[in-house]
Amino acid sequence: MEEGKLVNDKGIRVDGRKVDELRPIKLEAGVLNRADGSAYIEWGENKVLAAVYGPREAHPRHRQDPARALVQCRYNMAPFSVSDRKRPGPDRRSVEISKVVSEAFSHVVLRELFPRATVDVFMEVLQASAGTRCTALTVAAVALADAGIPMRDIIASCAFGKADGQVILDLDKEEDNEGQADVPIAIVPRTNEIVLLQMDGHITKEEFDSGLKMAVDACHRINEMQRDALRRRYAVTTDRHKAVKASSEGV
Amino acid sequence: MRGDKPPKREVVVPGDFLGTGLKPGLGTFSVGGKTYASQLGIKKVRGDSVNIIPLSGRYMPRQGDTVIGEITDISASYWLVDINAPYPAPLHASEVPWKVDFGDTSRFLNVEDVVLLRVLSVDEAKRVQVTMKERDSRRLRGGRIIDVSHSKVPRIIGRKGSMIGLIKKYTDCRMFVGQNGRIWLDGSLDGMYLAVKAIRKIEEDAQVLGLTESIEVMLREATARKA
Repeated sequence: MEEGKLVNDKGIRVDGRKVDELRPIKLEAGVLNRADGSAYIEWGENKVLAAVYGPREAHPRHRQDPARALVQCRYNMAPFSVSDRKRPGPDRRSVEISKVVSEAFSHVVLRELFPRATVDVFMEVLQASAGTRCTALTVAAVALADAGIPMRDIIASCAFGKADGQVILDLDKEEDNEGQADVPIAIVPRTNEIVLLQMDGHITKEEFDSGLKMAVDACHRINEMQRDALRRRYAVTTDRHKAVKASSEGV
Repeated sequence: MRGDKPPKREVVVPGDFLGTGLKPGLGTFSVGGKTYASQLGIKKVRGDSVNIIPLSGRYMPRQGDTVIGEITDISASYWLVDINAPYPAPLHASEVPWKVDFGDTSRFLNVEDVVLLRVLSVDEAKRVQVTMKERDSRRLRGGRIIDVSHSKVPRIIGRKGSMIGLIKKYTDCRMFVGQNGRIWLDGSLDGMYLAVKAIRKIEEDAQVLGLTESIEVMLREATARKA
């Protein structure tokens, strides 16, 4: 691959972003009525809907843990989420993502409060364009909080990688396909603990360290958006008293 | 309340810092003397302790709660009751006000019957037991059930039952409110319609000040229009 195709010498990428710039993110909490909690995200070209049920009784019974709740996740891609039709149903990739996401959430959900129960998280990818596991995890964390599940923190997730020999943040489709590495991470923002880290490709230790720092910073920015989305959703129900009080005082 | 500073109603989300040296209460956790929110809700500081009043989440049974349950299964010596919690609640034949012979449970209560009962015990493994051997426990026949968020139940009951008394007075409905967010009501069609409307309004405006007054106005206007 020729040099300077994905990142130019000014450090500007194909889509005009700087190396440490995220794609635009739009996040909304509480979008579904039937689920206990839900959220929707648009992250660049990615569109993911998340729904949470529970805590509820775990079935089948033999999967119950007498000391704590299970966190069961399902990551699923819609057949129309990619350019060639995706054959519906779980495949090796989505089973893997479901597993790593569930393990990440297991670290923050206060599972001891709900022995024998389960918390079910559903992530539906409606449109995919690189970085869907980070997108899905970010939106599912908001849906969990919206469902009132007790957690130590709201997990935020983001990827870094390498394209054209440059360490970059939040790879888009082209950078993912033609770049040299893709490293999705998820952190607990309050403590900076890493709860998910995967790597595809080759990268030096120095590049890894600088990329990790970049991604952790980005996760904190994403976490602010997550918190904002939740506050926006619940401000509607709680800020109303100000308006009522103002009108009762004739203001 | 009017004229004073409005009580602080700060919405917090999991991981939000609440303060240092506070006694962590419901919906919070503490690390090294610092207290954080573990649940989405409203921060309430009383004295040196801090609580989160949840704005969402499932009902968790607590001993002594009055709840409305639906029978989901029968065995020879107990019924299984759905009390809107993450766990099923067995109602043992010895915990009902009737003398039930072994294998004779279906003569008294059947699947889909609705009962008003009391949470007898919840152990550390969250095993729940319920009882009907309480004065107010009964089987609820007829009427209809509506579901509300369990965190809104205190507002629907009101201080010393003021709110629910108001609804009963204006709509002429019989009502029972379970701590688990289930409300049973029975009365005339118009009365039930108005009662449900009032409950939905309370649910929506749960955090608004002067709620009892505004609900009374609404009920009075609705009944006056009809008369």
